[in-house]
Amino acid sequence: MTERGPRPLIPVVVFPGSNDDRDAVRALEGLGAESPRVWHTDEELPAGTAAVVLPGGFSYGDYLRCGAIARFSPIMAAVTRFAAEGGLVLGICNGFQILTEAGLLPGALRPNESLRFVCRDVALAVERHDLPFTTRCEPGRELSIPVKHGDGCWFADPVLLAELETDGQIVLRYASGANPNGAVANVAGVSNADGNVFGLMPHPEHAVDPLLGSTDGGLILGSLVDSARLSLAAAV
Amino acid sequence: MKATVLVRPKPGILDPQGQAVEGSLRHLGFDVSEARVGRVVDVELSTDDPQEARAQLERMCEQLLANPLIESYVIDLDVPAPA
Repeated sequence: MTERGPRPLIPVVVFPGSNDDRDAVRALEGLGAESPRVWHTDEELPAGTAAVVLPGGFSYGDYLRCGAIARFSPIMAAVTRFAAEGGLVLGICNGFQILTEAGLLPGALRPNESLRFVCRDVALAVERHDLPFTTRCEPGRELSIPVKHGDGCWFADPVLLAELETDGQIVLRYASGANPNGAVANVAGVSNADGNVFGLMPHPEHAVDPLLGSTDGGLILGSLVDSARLSLAAAV
Repeated sequence: MKATVLVRPKPGILDPQGQAVEGSLRHLGFDVSEARVGRVVDVELSTDDPQEARAQLERMCEQLLANPLIESYVIDLDVPAPA
């Protein structure tokens, strides 16, 4: 977890109803990033943005469908442009829901099979270790990271799922027996085809301090900070 | 011009809300084999042109009211009877 080099700029977007933005900022800054909070009505990301995070919460009260309204926030046009240029975008929980609604990530998130809100640590298998979000994760090592959601049941029809499996876009799965929401194929996190946009239901920002039981979230956020720093170096 | 948009979970999509309603209906003694829960959106448009209204409603459904991956929709346009 050592800091190396300059602090990459990784803003965290705040929508009305976001509630994990401060935790995300704290986690990212602890891992060596500079993470200002950016308001959803902003039309541009800050100059020099190396990666952007959409945090958890209940944007727009989860009205209509989770993330369906937030995706039309002015900042999302900037996030979409940033992603199209290859910029790194991470969506956590509600951020993941927003990215699927925006069409930046495949699939959709539905109410949990149990209809219950789940809040607990889950065991996760990392399927890709070569993405900008997972380079710090060691092959074969499961992660323990908490989930807390009512609408985390990821869905894709069999045709889409087969495509994503073939393309290696299933990045994170709940470990056997640990699926908390009924997600298809135990999917906990997916990436886009280019691998620069990643969304997951578990909350890595809540697992960066031994006091809270796990620091495994730091592996994902730390990977992002490393990759953002590399992209800065490449841009110079 | 008024319209009603009916949004439903597509067939085959797990609908835990529908399952809970189905269970509850059975509990009340109703002989039901399935219940599925969707959403109704009543819309009032400023246009009076049915064709234009339908085109707008289609765009509303595609962009916001339904998620085409998991939901289907039906548009019911309340066309006023000719005077």
